[in-house]
Amino acid sequence: MRLDRGALTVALGTLALAAVPPLAAVFGEPFYLDLFTRILIFAIAALSLDLILGYGGMVSFGHAAYLGIGAYSVGILSHYGITDGPAHFAVAVAASALAALAIGAVSLRTSGVYFIMITLAFSQMIYFLGVSLNVYGGDDGMNIAAHSEFGRVFDLDNASILYYLVLAILLLFFFVGRRLVASRFGMVIRGVKSNERRMHAIGFPTFRYRLAAFVISGAMCGVAGALLANLTLFVSPSIMHWTRSGEVLMMVILGGMGSLFGPVLGAVAYLVLEQLLSGFTSHWQAILGPILVLVVLFAKRGIFGIFAGREEAGRG
Amino acid sequence: MQPLLVLEQGLNGVQFGVMLFLMAAGLTLVFGIMNLINLAHGSLYMIGAYVCAYVFQASGSFLLGIVSALAAAVLVGIVIEVVVFRALYTREHLDQVLATFGLILFFDEMVRIIWGPTALYASIPEFLSGQVEILPGAPFPSYRLAIIVVGLLVALLLYLLVAKTRLGMLIRAGASNRVIVGALGVNVTLLYTFVFALGAALAAFSGLMAGPIFTVESGMGENVLILAFVVIVIGGIGSIRGAFVASLLVGIVDTMGRAFLRPLLATVMAPAAADNAGPALASMLIYILMATVLFFRPQGLFPPRVR
Repeated sequence: MRLDRGALTVALGTLALAAVPPLAAVFGEPFYLDLFTRILIFAIAALSLDLILGYGGMVSFGHAAYLGIGAYSVGILSHYGITDGPAHFAVAVAASALAALAIGAVSLRTSGVYFIMITLAFSQMIYFLGVSLNVYGGDDGMNIAAHSEFGRVFDLDNASILYYLVLAILLLFFFVGRRLVASRFGMVIRGVKSNERRMHAIGFPTFRYRLAAFVISGAMCGVAGALLANLTLFVSPSIMHWTRSGEVLMMVILGGMGSLFGPVLGAVAYLVLEQLLSGFTSHWQAILGPILVLVVLFAKRGIFGIFAGREEAGRG
Repeated sequence: MQPLLVLEQGLNGVQFGVMLFLMAAGLTLVFGIMNLINLAHGSLYMIGAYVCAYVFQASGSFLLGIVSALAAAVLVGIVIEVVVFRALYTREHLDQVLATFGLILFFDEMVRIIWGPTALYASIPEFLSGQVEILPGAPFPSYRLAIIVVGLLVALLLYLLVAKTRLGMLIRAGASNRVIVGALGVNVTLLYTFVFALGAALAAFSGLMAGPIFTVESGMGENVLILAFVVIVIGGIGSIRGAFVASLLVGIVDTMGRAFLRPLLATVMAPAAADNAGPALASMLIYILMATVLFFRPQGLFPPRVR
């Protein structure tokens, strides 16, 4: 029964999201299409973070770095006149996976606060690397001449097609994530979260498992970055500013971690809230800040927790 | 490379390190004793810089600026400790990171509301605006020299407070086992508030000294906050001694890297390549330092003995 309800929610959610481009066209509000593309891209980033945070207990405070690496992959290739879409995304995945491998190899040696701080510091390092790359615009960033090319059928110049591509990737990652979490690999990761020593003692090479999860998460986030570059046709270091990592983390918490559905809800809630508040006052951060504090203090299980009820949300 | 230039940049590094130490000391105290990560520590630094610059400008008295900056930061510190942090002590680190992240958004925006979006001008008091000859032919700004002296003095006072006084004994005891300290009849709640206020004062002090050197603007606290985190991670979280050694290390490595890495690289590679690689590598240097330290010592240089 519960499984049906979950499948139904996903199906309805997908339908609702698929209806965004035609609705935006009918009401003549292309801005909303843009907003929802952004939301879904951040949903992918939040989902990727949730895989290691919610299931693996790894609090990465540097996920914006992979977002940036993905976006810069598209930007830098375009800078040299390479506009081939598959190449863009292959490089984005490879580069962010490699970065995650290097960062994870050092960070995962530590735990707790050290892990939070180190992932934060590494993302700062990549941020400053972006700032100092004068060839690619340095602090000001650079414009990207054209969207990634996927042939004439998938012309990303068409905002709706870009939107559907983002939605399709989100769905793909959602289902891959679900399979992953339920697989033997996912079981080990979840086991390590509750007791790493025990998992190690029964013979699992826990470090390698955690590193693999970390790399998968980084690569997924890199894809989100490549999509973001396609949306804005602009890339600058601000995309990997540490507050961005905080935002993605916040989306996961807001939605409810340890459920793949939560981060998507969280991304929607966070960005819609941001949009509403910024329409209300230019000092919206002064309102958003206290709201975040209240959410952390009083609504620990996030939006998903409210919907799913105590039992299911407490499981993660 | 002229030795005098090296000396000057070395002193700049020490000055930067001393300021980092004041930030890191508060962070590491709060973490060591309350087991709390406080991202909003940078906001207290920012408040210190803003209030001092503003009061100094309005009244003309630097001393009044210092006093009011410290008072404001301590007050804000106590308020957020009582209202927010007391509910956070028993929560996981993730919650603490997120709640204090929310506080940062709030304070950065409040500063913009109160003082406007543009940076505030912070001037150096007249009696410190000159230069001192530390060696014949090697002038050094007296303001920076004053920061080094005052910062080291504060570090010494902090050491005496923690190592030699009854209060310091309680602080150390609280760091080792807060439950027992509470059971022995110490008002732990009050102790926490005091430690937090002390950290706030140190951060504000660092901020008000930084005002004339860096820009006084919204968000200024975050950059130094992350550096302070690097410092306490290298030093070993919870260790004041570690924070001291690590902040000097980070301050000197960062400053020297920015000053000399490019010319150094230019001796081994093409000048154009060095122009690109130099600044990039220099800005990553301390993170590379941190990664190296952690690779060999995952708990930092001076890991806390109890925990």
